[in-house]
Amino acid sequence: MTNQTDTVWAARSDARARADLTSDFMPYLPASSSPFAPAGVDPESLVWAETVAPGGYTHRVVARGTRFRLDDPTGDACAHLLLFNALEPWERLNVADTLKIPWQAYLSAGHPLLSGDGRVLATIRTDTSGRHDAFCGTSSAAWNERKYGSSIPEGPAPAGRSLFALGAAKHGLTPRDLPPSVSFFQGARVDDEGGVTYTGSAGPGTAVEFTAELPLVILLANVPHPLDPRPAYTVGPLRVHAWPGSPTGPGDDAYTASPERTRAYLNTTDYWEARAQ
Amino acid sequence: MLDWSSPLSDGRVVLDERVEPRASWSAVVARGDTLTIVDVGGNQSADCLIFDALDHDERYSVPDTITWQGNAYVRTGTVLRSGSGAALMTVTANEIDRQDTIGGACSKESNTLRYGYHTHFQHGCRENFLAEGQKHGLGARDLVSNLNWFMNVPVEADGTLGIVDGMSAPGRRVAITAERDVLVVVSNCPQMNNPCNDFNPTPLRMLVTRKETAA
Repeated sequence: MTNQTDTVWAARSDARARADLTSDFMPYLPASSSPFAPAGVDPESLVWAETVAPGGYTHRVVARGTRFRLDDPTGDACAHLLLFNALEPWERLNVADTLKIPWQAYLSAGHPLLSGDGRVLATIRTDTSGRHDAFCGTSSAAWNERKYGSSIPEGPAPAGRSLFALGAAKHGLTPRDLPPSVSFFQGARVDDEGGVTYTGSAGPGTAVEFTAELPLVILLANVPHPLDPRPAYTVGPLRVHAWPGSPTGPGDDAYTASPERTRAYLNTTDYWEARAQ
Repeated sequence: MLDWSSPLSDGRVVLDERVEPRASWSAVVARGDTLTIVDVGGNQSADCLIFDALDHDERYSVPDTITWQGNAYVRTGTVLRSGSGAALMTVTANEIDRQDTIGGACSKESNTLRYGYHTHFQHGCRENFLAEGQKHGLGARDLVSNLNWFMNVPVEADGTLGIVDGMSAPGRRVAITAERDVLVVVSNCPQMNNPCNDFNPTPLRMLVTRKETAA
């Protein structure tokens, strides 16, 4: 059967008939309709629910205190993450400070994701994966062209940096605003001599949850880790859910985990209280 | 003890400048020229950003440099790459075991986290980068991850990492050759709270040499 699209009315009917189709990779609107609402979270409280396609990206502005969760249902997701202070986006994730201030290179529950301005943008609250990487960043066009023969966003092997550039552009940001990123669900380790070894995934069904400590622009690119040795462009779906929560405060373990971290949260609260009045 | 040393590359000296302790510096290094940085007093961290001289969006990237070589440390032969993977400069000679690119820069703000609020009034590398960058139209958005020449940041097996005593000494040098025309911005780290410069900032000498072409 061919579609009847030879008049505007027919074309409108044809378009409208498509709206109820579904895909494995789509936003769920309203968010409460997500078929994958996290256990223990009231679906009615969800403010963001989405499955990001392999080789896809997403972006969102969330409020301070928002809890957001990344799920790797197949064990092949790789969530490359960038964070910006939504109020002043030139404040953004600083990987060096994120490692140096807690004196720890390997990200896990309790780790603060710091800006270059002495504040916490987000805190990792829970982590069932433990396979993450803050050394290798995401893939560039040159890297993917060499490895997969393609890198363009509309092609079979999008580069993470190209996807970040698209997400950034939708918030008025440019490639100039893209610092190094961190990645979740595909790990890497550094040996005594500095050698970086890809350690891969912890398997299907792991999740990482974060608290937004300031209003954030979140950029996510779901592309293979640059050191993934598999010759094919291998990446699985990435699920994102978010719901309202509270910023990390004096009663939380992450707040008191070290004197450096306590001062980072104090700086964050100080900024927010002056700014928000 | 100060050792001003000499270039670590053959050729005619086309630039020879001294950077005061705690101060910033920048210069355009032409393609094919080699910049020698001399650690005059020893264990003085030279925090460094590199930009394509004509396209400042094309700039040094720590993760790309690490990924392409599969190693977190910078040594002779390391190609210093931009976020698009392009080669900006190559380390062509190096007189310490390894150079750091994971420790990042200090700032007024991050120093309050590491050492307490009493350090907030002190000058930092981020401040040097902003001040020097403004001479070239660069702002906070252009401050990305950097190199730290002569600084030592080991990563332990459990992921513990931090800045420890350096492996440098007075007069030790590193030479980096420009793969294209690049803008090099350096902060001669002002740290007084940190073994990255023995708690005592000392000068640097910056030498650019140009290979003589055969007549």
